[in-house]
Amino acid sequence: MTQDGSLPGPGRTDTVGTAEQASGTVHPGPSRPDADELVQLIDPAGVRHPHGHYDRLVADVDGPALQRLYEDMVVVRRIDAEATALQRQGELALWPPLLGQEAAQIGSGRALRSDDFVFSSYRENAVAYCRGVDLADILRVWRGNASSGWDPYTINMATPQVIIGAQTLHATGYAMGILNDGADAVAVAYFGDGATSQGDVNEAMVFAASYQAPVVFFCQNNHWAISEPVGLQAHVPIARRAPGFGIPSVRVDGNDVLACLAVTREALARARSGGGPTFIEAVTYRMGPHTTADDPTRYRDANELEDWAARDPLARLATLLDSLGLLEADYTDSVRAKADAVAAELREGCLSMPEPAPSDVFKHVYSSPNSWLDRQQDHYERYLASFAQAPQEGPR
Amino acid sequence: MTTTATVKEFRLPDLGEGLTESEIVQWHVAEGDTVELNQVIADVETAKAVVELPSPYAGVVVRLHEAAGTVVDVGAPIVSFAVAGEPEVAPVPSAGEERPAKREPNLVGYGAAVEKGGRPQRRSRLLSAARPAGAPPVPARRERPRSTPPVRKLARDLGIPLDGLAGTGPGALITRADVLAALAGTAGSPVAAPTEGVVPPVRQAARSAAGETRTPIRGVRKHTAAAMVASAFTAPHVTEFLTLDVTPTMDLLAELKQSRAFEGTRITLLALVAKAVCIAVARNPSLNSSWDEEAQEIVQYADVNLGIAAATPRGLLVPNIKAAQALALVELARSLGSLAETARAGKTPPTDLAGGTISITNIGVFGIDAGTPILNPGEAAILAVGAVRSMPWEYQGAVALRSVLTLSLSFDHRLVDGEQGSRFLADVGTILRNPAMVLAMV
Repeated sequence: MTQDGSLPGPGRTDTVGTAEQASGTVHPGPSRPDADELVQLIDPAGVRHPHGHYDRLVADVDGPALQRLYEDMVVVRRIDAEATALQRQGELALWPPLLGQEAAQIGSGRALRSDDFVFSSYRENAVAYCRGVDLADILRVWRGNASSGWDPYTINMATPQVIIGAQTLHATGYAMGILNDGADAVAVAYFGDGATSQGDVNEAMVFAASYQAPVVFFCQNNHWAISEPVGLQAHVPIARRAPGFGIPSVRVDGNDVLACLAVTREALARARSGGGPTFIEAVTYRMGPHTTADDPTRYRDANELEDWAARDPLARLATLLDSLGLLEADYTDSVRAKADAVAAELREGCLSMPEPAPSDVFKHVYSSPNSWLDRQQDHYERYLASFAQAPQEGPR
Repeated sequence: MTTTATVKEFRLPDLGEGLTESEIVQWHVAEGDTVELNQVIADVETAKAVVELPSPYAGVVVRLHEAAGTVVDVGAPIVSFAVAGEPEVAPVPSAGEERPAKREPNLVGYGAAVEKGGRPQRRSRLLSAARPAGAPPVPARRERPRSTPPVRKLARDLGIPLDGLAGTGPGALITRADVLAALAGTAGSPVAAPTEGVVPPVRQAARSAAGETRTPIRGVRKHTAAAMVASAFTAPHVTEFLTLDVTPTMDLLAELKQSRAFEGTRITLLALVAKAVCIAVARNPSLNSSWDEEAQEIVQYADVNLGIAAATPRGLLVPNIKAAQALALVELARSLGSLAETARAGKTPPTDLAGGTISITNIGVFGIDAGTPILNPGEAAILAVGAVRSMPWEYQGAVALRSVLTLSLSFDHRLVDGEQGSRFLADVGTILRNPAMVLAMV
């Protein structure tokens, strides 16, 4: 490696300015991938491979930037593990783990500008982390403590959508609003392979293509729609569906954080420059259960998990960093300390969350007073009061 | 600053969504062990998955409340920790004092489990005096027998209580076969044992003054009633009668009884009627059909699965002889004999009760002449055979004493028009009037 900690490889010899690339002007080269090619810049063994088209898009990612991506992935994996433990300890009702999908979420999440707007499903906790969410806010809904975790406008990310695929419509609608405003922000929809079977997702793509709306469809193909393998719902690569709507698509190794960053940057740049929507299929793997209430060993082969463990997104970047001399003890110690601190903050935030009052359920139904709701609240409060007056057990 | 340890209790959380209990498969720690936060302390199996339990505290395990292999209710304490260096801080009384003072931070998923110290009871709307003092406590919740909704329905319809059954399915699940086996088994006893003692005593006492005996509607009676109501109010019934001189058939019967071919076989008039029905069905197939309301189709059967109504100690059963049209008379006679015997012994297998296509009911054995039988559900026709009486009858231009019986045929008018029903009944009559006519009919 070089003394300044930057990466060797084709990116260093590229004459195109990196700042320009990062902000978004794209020069489609002759080597654009076809729809079935899996874009990969770091292979599972941690080897950086040159790419004729995408190297330019990550030319600014030097050693320290790679280290930051690695730290992000370690931290979100730790957030995920801590939240899973909190569920097992009875502090959360449910948790949807993202284990294995860190690169897809961090790579894409770190490509976004702060005025871009994210519409995600319930598993994009690493994206929320990139958006700067308060850690406890991620847990609020899963603790049954609030109807939603955060104010979407403070971090420009809608609260997670549980209805499969519905957020793609919101994203397309928001993107059409961006067009009307004449802004250059982008709406990004996150969803899974199973969601592509939903009507909503297909409708969202029709409208996005019709209006050439600045929206990126980021599909994490994690291979399992709960217990349904992706092959049942998609007989061809999912990325091939989008061209049918007139939307360019790309398949990317979803466990390669650098490649995910590259393809997302390209899609964002296209959207900002009036090029319309892009569909990204990030091929990754859900290494954990669908949620903490699920037992994946009942429907999937242990060998499959082993195969994907060998393609772990963190391990490959660690290997690459090590080969570049960027995985020294002081660095890894600082990453570990950061993860520990974040986990402690998350736990503390969860346990100290004030419980809502029973009548809070009426608070956010209408923005203005509603007499019918007031009546219901009155009835409910009197009902609750009846408990306090309940007679003690035994004859009186 | 004190170093006294605080004891923290860990209660079993709802590890899935809406679970009420879980089994502790294995402990990974023992009492006295020091554990770290999130260290795996046990494997727990819920109805959904085996999961690892991470320790919610860093400290020392002071007590394992439940042994491995125990099924524990959600909300029950399973392990206590001594957590060092953390003096117990009284909870901030933010929301007022009505909250339980000692609330552990485990909040989620305790569902309906009753907390120790008394969950608040809803105030009764009635005056407390309206409740009898010292009323018996609500009986402890018993796990209901494991089965599936369709099987529960079947069991309820047949009046088989699931409580007493041993399930042979996975995890001792009570299966359809178990219920049907129980049905066949209970049928063996002449007394309907399961109904005994089930009568609500209060009601019985209240009614006995009126000189009534009230028996719960269940079992075959309930099943029969449901079938009859369903049949009577879905299939428009038409009943036709034919009274005829069957002396030649009775002569034939006497002859067959002497025949070597029927040695050891009890040949009865019913067997001859059954044979006549099979022959008549071949000439009038619409009588051997079914109305499939759901599919909006008429089902025409190739085989005659001939049902025979049998009075058994448990009530009316209609077992059927499969493909009766293919049986020679002697085989038909034997089948009828064994069918009746099995039914009376209560050993009729479920397959014999299902799939009938047309039925005969022998009301003659009770000395009855005629009636308007109700169709066995799903069938197009049922023939009632009356008693054979010696009656003055026109014979060769004079009045003579002849063997006379009446046939009553009910048919489903959706499937069978008056013409077809009449032709069928006439065909049966022709054969019984003069069995030799079969030569001209088949």
